[in-house]
Amino acid sequence: MDTAFSSEDLKFQSDVREFISNNYPKELKDSIGTKRKTGKELSRDDLMSWHKILGKHNGWSAPGWPKQYGGAEFTPTQKYIFEQECARAECQYIMPFGVNMVGPVIYTFGNEEQKAKHLPGILSGDVFWCQGYSEPGSGSDLASLKTSAVKEGDYYIVNGQKTWTTLAQHADWIFCLVRTNPEAEKPQQGISFLLIDMKTPGITVRPIKLMDGSHEVNETWFDNVKVPVENLIGQENMGWTYAKFLLAHERSGIAGVARSKKALERIKQIASAEMSYGEPLIQDPAFKSKIANAELELNSLEYTELRTLAKDSAGKGPGPESSLLKIKGTDIQQMVTELAMEAVGYYANPHLGTTLSNEYVGPDYATNLSGSYFNFRKASIYGGSNEIQRNIIAKMVLGL
Amino acid sequence: MNFDYTEEQTLLENMVTSFVRDDYDWDTRCSIVKTEEGWKEENWKKFAELGLLGVPFEEDHGGLGGEATDIMIVMEQFGKGLVVEPYMPSIILAGGLISKLGSSDQKNSIIPEIISGDRRYVFAYAEPQSRFDLFDVKCSATLDGDKYIINGFKSVVFGAGMATHLIISARTEGDQRSKSGITLFLVDIKSDGITLQNYPTIDEYRASEVVIENLSVSKENILGELGNSYEAIEEQVDLSTIAICSEAVGILQVLKDSTNDYCKNRKQFGQPISANQAIQHRLVDMMIEYEQAKSILYMAITADLSNPDDRRKAASAAKARIGKAIKFVGENAIQLHGGMGVVDEYMISHFFKRATMIGILFGNVDFHMKRYIDLTQSNIQSINEDDGINLS
Repeated sequence: MDTAFSSEDLKFQSDVREFISNNYPKELKDSIGTKRKTGKELSRDDLMSWHKILGKHNGWSAPGWPKQYGGAEFTPTQKYIFEQECARAECQYIMPFGVNMVGPVIYTFGNEEQKAKHLPGILSGDVFWCQGYSEPGSGSDLASLKTSAVKEGDYYIVNGQKTWTTLAQHADWIFCLVRTNPEAEKPQQGISFLLIDMKTPGITVRPIKLMDGSHEVNETWFDNVKVPVENLIGQENMGWTYAKFLLAHERSGIAGVARSKKALERIKQIASAEMSYGEPLIQDPAFKSKIANAELELNSLEYTELRTLAKDSAGKGPGPESSLLKIKGTDIQQMVTELAMEAVGYYANPHLGTTLSNEYVGPDYATNLSGSYFNFRKASIYGGSNEIQRNIIAKMVLGL
Repeated sequence: MNFDYTEEQTLLENMVTSFVRDDYDWDTRCSIVKTEEGWKEENWKKFAELGLLGVPFEEDHGGLGGEATDIMIVMEQFGKGLVVEPYMPSIILAGGLISKLGSSDQKNSIIPEIISGDRRYVFAYAEPQSRFDLFDVKCSATLDGDKYIINGFKSVVFGAGMATHLIISARTEGDQRSKSGITLFLVDIKSDGITLQNYPTIDEYRASEVVIENLSVSKENILGELGNSYEAIEEQVDLSTIAICSEAVGILQVLKDSTNDYCKNRKQFGQPISANQAIQHRLVDMMIEYEQAKSILYMAITADLSNPDDRRKAASAAKARIGKAIKFVGENAIQLHGGMGVVDEYMISHFFKRATMIGILFGNVDFHMKRYIDLTQSNIQSINEDDGINLS
């Protein structure tokens, strides 16, 4: 047993750290920092410019992709280090929809034309993707989805509604699960995987406001949308297989350990500035105990993730145990956002920390911490709710 | 980065696994704990033959020079068999103190005897008032000519009834709760002045109250420096804490796997109870707790245990986190076994009881949480107002 990094890994770590410090734009840090404080939506540039910089550097925008498709092909340890360093420097994270989701589906199941057309744009960050999976009547029971695609000549005619389409307001393309065979014996057997250009006539995106006031997700409507048949991935009615592959494929960083660690560090700093019982909050035994509890969970989770990575690098594949990483990872994210809100006491109240005439109130660090808490209730719901993750473990790991 | 065992470690694991399987099946274990002595001396001889008694000792003294991982391997398998022979108290804790503090004469004469199984030392440290504070020592040793006279009372000394010798912590100077002034003495358990009150524990191990009255010990039998043993005690207790965490992880695996099997086989309302989602999710949460416990154990095992601060943090983090897992997995194992969970006859309750007692040994969750907090939450750097806060 050995958890020390090899000398190559240490070299890699210092390379990543140096690259970030030389290349992460100060303007981006400032822009994102200001917007978070004032509750302004991040622009497409805010979301993508770091991706674009990484895309020009040895495929670092796609850590898990094979080199043949322009990716970095990091080892699991390198992925872990990369994730840690990005979190440490609080870099804007890479949007997962292109790189982690549709990209691997395209290079695994797509044809040569599709690879040539789509992979470069995902890698460079020039093309923004979103995900069309959930529907109003199909959340956890995804396979019951109803959006239909009927073949007419060289086109599929798509009708229906997708929902929770994250950042569809910026998207150039959407990858969709659609029903191509409503007669199939099992609902899973009639689903296909389609790539759709968001500029196609008949697509309407409507914002859904979340409880913290943010606009992250949307409803996406399809009204007789004509999609060329060459945008079908793999075979018709085989979409469910590709969808499952997508869900199982990219699990590095799913636990968000590095980001939660950073957040916990911040909470300690906040708690040393806040006062309680006439002393810094960090001295309050009840609060200290909550922090220690979160830290222990995080330490355990970090080693659970490392064990999964070690298994992965031995070629054994991560498997459904990664549902565990999702459950615990999101538990901790919620624990941490709650602690942060708790730390600032009354100053959790002012919405976005500004008055009606746009003056800041309260300490800078308190801004929008309650917003984060409310926003992060989503984490145990999205990506397969934590109850669904438990069903997966029950079936696939415990054989119940 | 890897979590693999070396070839030697795999052999060690196979050896202990087959011992537990072949020589320590459930019926055998039940018959051992029912005997007057509460253990089987033959098993100790077998440990000696297998080389297990030498695992943590230096090769110079005939040991295997094993590290934390090797000890974990032995303890995890012993946990799966609920092995009652006093391996941790004698080999890891007392043996560790002798290796750490012994003069070369002491080590040369004692360690080979421990490895051969002819001597068993256990460490008598706890006192009625001390709870988990290793420095809270009332037991006194006063110089009388060239001998020390020891008087005091030691509580819940595990394995004392099976031991040939004791290591006694006694105060040679300072206040009752002073970290300095604690001295260790090596004594034959049959010495005049030592009275043992032996008893079975709730989890069917054996412990003793040790009454020490005018016990006379010569200066040569001081282990380590006069009045300066606290740090070594703390260190060896930390390492022993990690060892019992390994035992706990072995037990948790049995609790989790057996409960899983039981729920698949137990039928109610015409179907296995594992068909109910309420049961499935409980089993999943038990598995998650087990994995988290194992992970923090791995964190502790791979920490730099030669660095005192890292070692303290590792031991307390592991014990606190594993203590929580013990409660969750243990209590739910009983709950999901229903009536079978609460009877003495079925094995599951015995694993639960042992795990729960491990939860107390060397400090419970609250004790180690507090220690962890004291070790980690000083020197918080102050906030930089210019830095944006990013919690998402």
